[in-house]
Parts: sequence; C-alpha cells; structure tokens
Amino acid sequence: MKIYNGKYILAGLAVFVVLVTVPIWYNMGKAAPAPTPNIDTPVIKQMQEKQCVLPKAEMITGHMQLLNDWRTEVVRNSNRLYVAADGKKYNTSLQNECMRCHSNKSQFCDMCHTYAGLATGQIPYCWTCHVAPKEAK
Amino acid sequence: MEKSKRDFLKVSGLCALGLGVLPLAKGIAAGNAPQVMQNPEALKGQQWAMVVDMKKCWEKGKEGCKDCLDACHKVHNVPTIEDPQEEIKWIWTEHYENTFPGLGNPYTNEKLKGKPFIVLCNHCSNPPCVRVCPTQATFKRADGITMMDYHRCIGCRFCMAGCPFGARSFNFREPREYIKDLNYKYPGRERGVVEKCSFCDERLAVGQLPACVESCKVGALVFGDQTDPKSPVRKLLDTNFTIRRKTELGTEPNVYYII
Repeated sequence: MKIYNGKYILAGLAVFVVLVTVPIWYNMGKAAPAPTPNIDTPVIKQMQEKQCVLPKAEMITGHMQLLNDWRTEVVRNSNRLYVAADGKKYNTSLQNECMRCHSNKSQFCDMCHTYAGLATGQIPYCWTCHVAPKEAK
Repeated sequence: MEKSKRDFLKVSGLCALGLGVLPLAKGIAAGNAPQVMQNPEALKGQQWAMVVDMKKCWEKGKEGCKDCLDACHKVHNVPTIEDPQEEIKWIWTEHYENTFPGLGNPYTNEKLKGKPFIVLCNHCSNPPCVRVCPTQATFKRADGITMMDYHRCIGCRFCMAGCPFGARSFNFREPREYIKDLNYKYPGRERGVVEKCSFCDERLAVGQLPACVESCKVGALVFGDQTDPKSPVRKLLDTNFTIRRKTELGTEPNVYYII
C-alpha cells in the first residue's frame, strides 16, 4: 500500500502526538505529594478519646453527605441534635460544631480540596456564606 | 411446578409473618445508628406569632431607640448598606401610612405622624413568597415559621415580588464587606441570594426567645405560640385591640400591632 505524501503525513502525525502528550512528559515523575493536613488543633489535642461524629474512614468518604443531611434536618425539620452511635451528643452545625474542633480550615478543609483539584473558595462553596474561625497565620 | 393450595398458604403465612416483624428487626438494627433529633430544650409551637406594642415602644422607650434592630442585625450578620436600593433588612421601621396603607385617613391622629413602626417578616399563614418560590428555598415549617434555605436560593427574586410587606432583601453585592462585626456563631449570606427574618429559629431551637424580643428593654415585643391559649401572645390578643398589616390581601400575617 502506498500513502501519497507519506513522509509529510507521518512526520506531521509524529509532531501532533508529541505536542498532545507534552503535558504528560512534562509532569512525568513530578506527582504532587498527597496532602498531610495537620489536624492537631488545641481542642483536639486536649481530647482524651479522639473521635469524630463518625469513624474516620466514613468521615473521609462521606462528610459531604453528612453535611448535606445536617443542613436539611436543621433548616427544614429544626433538628439540631445529633446523637452518635456511642451516644455522644453533638450540635448539627458546621460553624459551631465541626469547626469547634477542626478550627484550622486552611489545613483541614483546603489542603485536600486543593489536592483534589477543587477551585479554592468556589467548590465546595461553603465559606462564601459560612464564617470560618480565625486562624493564626 | 405443581403446588398444593395447602403449601401455597403455608408459604404465604410465613411471608406475612416476616413482613410483620420487619419493623421490629429494623428497630433493633438501627438501635446503634446515629440519629438526628430536636433539642429537648427547644421551644415548641404550632404557629409562632409576635405582638408589637407600639404604645409601649413610644411611651416607655427612649427616643430613637434601635435596640431590636441592632440586636437582630448583629446576631444574624446582616450587612449595613446605606443605599436604600440595595439595603438588607430583617427588621426595620416604617411610617404609619406605609405600615398600614388604606388605614390612613385624610386627618390622621397627630400622634402617629412620623412615628416609627417596627416591621419585620410577618411569617404569614398563607405566604405568597412560598407559593412563588421555584426551588422551594422558601417554605413553611411545621412551627409556622416561613423559613429560607439559602443553599437553595437561586436569586430569582420572585419572592420579593410576591411579598406585599417588603420583608425580603436581595444581596446585590458581596455582603461580607459590609459587616463590621462578624458573629462567628451564625452564617452569613453571599451575593445573589435573598434573605429575611427567620423568627430566630436558631434561638428557638435552644430555648431562647428571638433576639429582638430579648433586646427590648420595655417589653414592647412579645413572642409566643398563638395556637396556645396560655401563651403571652394570646394573653395580649385577648385583652387588646390589635391590627395586622394588609389583611385584605389574605396572606394571614402573624405579627400583630397594638397602637
């Protein structure tokens, strides 16, 4: 089989493939390190038993669902008391409960969200309305 | 496959039994699961209402007192924007003729002239804002509060057109820049959502009265469940002549005035 103008076509194809894959070559071996947020806030340091409202693994994968459910319960049903599996009671509030312990938003929230490629301050847009606790810079 | 009637009935019976104990089994399984419930100390009511005793406010209160307005706007992170086109207000003052249009006679009592009337969301029993909201961001709660879920508001402002009391404000600009003293216990709002008085649902949930009621030193604002004959609101309604705003529109407002 003969390709008319094969030289040019193949050369062009090669240039195209290289150009398209440049980002891959450029970033090869430079994987961003996984974030290691420091969750040792003063409040957490003082806790005897370091336990969130759900087990850590469930919180990592399901905190967005939990926050969504809390929101609905608080706003629509006026249910503001969360009783965890171990019987401990919590206030269903992002600002007054979550951030009471996790008072370091820049570490606790932003680090992973940034790593996951979510635009800071835009996705998830919790903090356009909610007020984050003051942090020591 | 052949099956006798007897076998069929046996299996059916077993299935019915299984369905019967299902709720029980579910209950046992859910015994340890986390639950969300109401605070035991929360104030409970079927239709919250407020009586605004303007007589008390004018006679006993200081001239130009703004305690209730300031308390509300401080605790709820309401921005202070001077431009009347863009201002945000949860509770504010109006003149008599704007508060009760249609009741203004050509020669009205001189005493009412220029006097400030405290006005806020009326938490109507038949709220037009709820009916027009396309996303159900505004809704009527079981305790009678006309509530807003700011997460769902798309800023279409139908509710502002629907509300005959002007109780709703739209955030034309980023409100955070206009709040001097942030309350870290309460969220703010963002540009592009509508906001209004919530009858302090967050305070009722922990057994406190609304911020405006608590801040009034002369007790001109009274809050309670109007379906409860023993509530302070009902006591005032039973013993005083009260009027409501624009009742002819049929929204059934739940803020009463003693003048």
